[in-house]
Amino acid sequence: MNNKKEVAVDAEQSTANQVLREILTGSPVRTLLSILVGFLVGAIFMVAFNPEVLNAMSYIFGRPADAFAAMGKTISDGYGALFRGAIYNTQASDFATAIRPITETLRFAAPMIMAGLGIGLGFRVGLFNIGAVGQMAFALIGVTYVSTRIELPFIIHSLVAIIVAVVFAGAWGGIVGYLKAKTGAHEVIVTIMLNYVALNLFTFFLRTPGLLLEEGGAGTPKSDPPAETAALPNLFTDEYRLHWGLVLAVAATFFYWWLMERSTIGYRFRMVGFNSSAAKASGIRVERTFVWAMAASAAFAGLAAANQGLTSVGGVTPSIHANIGFDAITVALLGGSRAGGIFLAGLLFGAFKAGGPAMQVVGVAPEILNVVQALIVMFIAAPPLIRALFRLPQPPKRKPISEWVAAKFSKPANKKVAK
Amino acid sequence: MSRIEVTSGMFSQVERKPSLKAPIVMSFVAIVSLVFFGILGPTSVVHFQITEANALVSIPDLNLPSNSLGIWASVVLLLLTAASFWFGIARKFVPRVLVIVFGLTAIVALLGWIAAGADVPVGFLLGNTLVLALPIILGGMGGIMSERVGVVNIAIEGQLLTGAFVASVVGSITNNLWVGLIAAMIAAALLSTVLASLAIKYLVDQIIIGVLLNVLVIGVTNFLYSQVISQDNANLNFPGTFDRIPIPLLSQLPVIGDAFFNQGATVYLTFLLVPALWFILFRTKLGLRARAVGEHPLAADTVGINVAKTRFWWVTLGGAVAGLGGAAITIGNVGAFGREMTGGQGFIALAVVILGRWQPIYVSISALLFGFAIILRIWANQINPVIPVDFITMVPYLVTLIAVAGFAGRVRGPAASGKPYEKN
Repeated sequence: MNNKKEVAVDAEQSTANQVLREILTGSPVRTLLSILVGFLVGAIFMVAFNPEVLNAMSYIFGRPADAFAAMGKTISDGYGALFRGAIYNTQASDFATAIRPITETLRFAAPMIMAGLGIGLGFRVGLFNIGAVGQMAFALIGVTYVSTRIELPFIIHSLVAIIVAVVFAGAWGGIVGYLKAKTGAHEVIVTIMLNYVALNLFTFFLRTPGLLLEEGGAGTPKSDPPAETAALPNLFTDEYRLHWGLVLAVAATFFYWWLMERSTIGYRFRMVGFNSSAAKASGIRVERTFVWAMAASAAFAGLAAANQGLTSVGGVTPSIHANIGFDAITVALLGGSRAGGIFLAGLLFGAFKAGGPAMQVVGVAPEILNVVQALIVMFIAAPPLIRALFRLPQPPKRKPISEWVAAKFSKPANKKVAK
Repeated sequence: MSRIEVTSGMFSQVERKPSLKAPIVMSFVAIVSLVFFGILGPTSVVHFQITEANALVSIPDLNLPSNSLGIWASVVLLLLTAASFWFGIARKFVPRVLVIVFGLTAIVALLGWIAAGADVPVGFLLGNTLVLALPIILGGMGGIMSERVGVVNIAIEGQLLTGAFVASVVGSITNNLWVGLIAAMIAAALLSTVLASLAIKYLVDQIIIGVLLNVLVIGVTNFLYSQVISQDNANLNFPGTFDRIPIPLLSQLPVIGDAFFNQGATVYLTFLLVPALWFILFRTKLGLRARAVGEHPLAADTVGINVAKTRFWWVTLGGAVAGLGGAAITIGNVGAFGREMTGGQGFIALAVVILGRWQPIYVSISALLFGFAIILRIWANQINPVIPVDFITMVPYLVTLIAVAGFAGRVRGPAASGKPYEKN
């Protein structure tokens, strides 16, 4: 009786794990197909709500060519502008200007990669951190204080600000882990609530004279710009706005890879995420792991906060977090929570942010890219959907370990009987 | 009377028994109130405007020095705390009525402190609390309907936004608010079917799909708003709002009459819907089946309830209710649609469901707390409060955190909430 129950639990866990595993370890083919379908649906939206197309549709039976030409033009205009705005400006006069868009893409991608790594870390441990926005806001209190109120020499100032960001965010995230471990409160609800608390706290600090409010400011919550010694310097000439945040993002990606794939802590994290009961049985303190994992997850969001706070032009405002915390969820899901995947996903969505204004110019509302973004990740997250759409083969079903053991060790016995 | 409950669902606690946590939190609040609102409170007079112009019975307005109001309120709070200690020591759960009275008294003390030397327009605060809480109440009802059958609905935010958008646009195009209202409900229900089918049929992680639906809806509504609606606001986004209809007699009650019974159609629909949902969930066979599916799908399946079908319909109808909540934002309150105008109210609804313990009536009361916090922030901004507005805004979120962390009593959701059910 007891034994049966255990097997049932095992089987149940393995199905839940299997679903999660499928999301996290998507094949490259499926990822590419998802991106393709996302762009296709985006194109349908662009066409369906374009005034020129609607105009041509009104006489589609008279001159169908017009309608199709208008459709083609809308799509090529829209995605063409995205390409010019995010990768290579074909209309630029010289090469230096032409490659400016790709540097913008990298600039937008950097914080999304860093925050995405944090969310991805959470996923690997089986935690859903929707709180990156709040963790960034709390970290920004520290970053803004260090960068505007403290005087330190060049480089050291930036480093101190970054460390403060990581510590602040980590502490804010640690609260979530602690509450989950001690009281069983679900991290999704706790992080949502802490988001609002942190954002209000951040606004209060920015609004209050003597705390973070700019010199001579009143009413509007806004800080001084970061001190020159603290601001992240540009990577190239001032013509490009790309700064050292990208280097930080690359370093964070390598560190994440090492942490998750090579270190003992990462092994523990993954073990808890894979099967927390098994991890507990083999002596890992699961509750403590939750606290550390949540803190580590938030620490990566803290890096994104440092990136934002130390590069703000004209001072930090409450909207400095730019919703990166939420975008990071889609980045982590598209990237399959792997270091390399998250980096590439961050680049894609960074390109979306960089290319938006160019689309606006040709009359396509850039918000369509948010739709594309959501659809891509939705197809990634729903493997059966994309598989049904393209008739891809079903992956082999993983069996519960007990069956595997039974099959493995009963075979020799069977053979003997057969002989 | 210790209760041991199986831990499995998204919000479950391992073990819950009557404890002294709630009385301890209450005594902390009572002492803070006594010290800061009472003993250290300002001596200037606070004026509670109670009676509306058309009220049947007029109650004289209340004029009191702020600090003596603080002391009297704190005495009441201390008595209630003592009572809850008695319950705790006797190993009994603190009755919810006591907690609610405690909360109301604390709010009165807080109001008296904030508005020292100024007026407190009671009717204005109550009426706006209700109207602003409406989307949260209805979003919460949608959340209850899907979580009671075991599907976590993070997409309430998206459903509210869909409802707000469709109600305004369809209401403007057809020039008929009722058509807009129904269209909003249908649109949000359709959105819910996406959640339902992905969660039930394809077993996609419910939280992930909810988050993505929110991103999708924000993208679609923003896109349509910039690309189409904003070009022709007068014809596409100018629906007007439901007329206020005073209910005879009830609207002339003192204090609450004008605030609760001189409102638009969306308010009255909510008045009908909340008790109806409570009745269906807890007093009918239909509700019993739904709850069985959410608590123990295998058992429900064994006795012949179609788990997938039950879940699908409850989640879909829950979406329709949340869509009504979205309509309450536009055609029920402000009129025109604005970009991302729900501003996180769907997430608050999610919290309110837990705070109200998956019970329609308690969820509505919790939602009123958040509605009150919104109007308090707006009102307090105008009278230069003693403490920064940002901290007032934070209070309901902190209350939710405390509640979720299990300090304020039992929090246990439907056991199978968030878990897909696969028929073998």
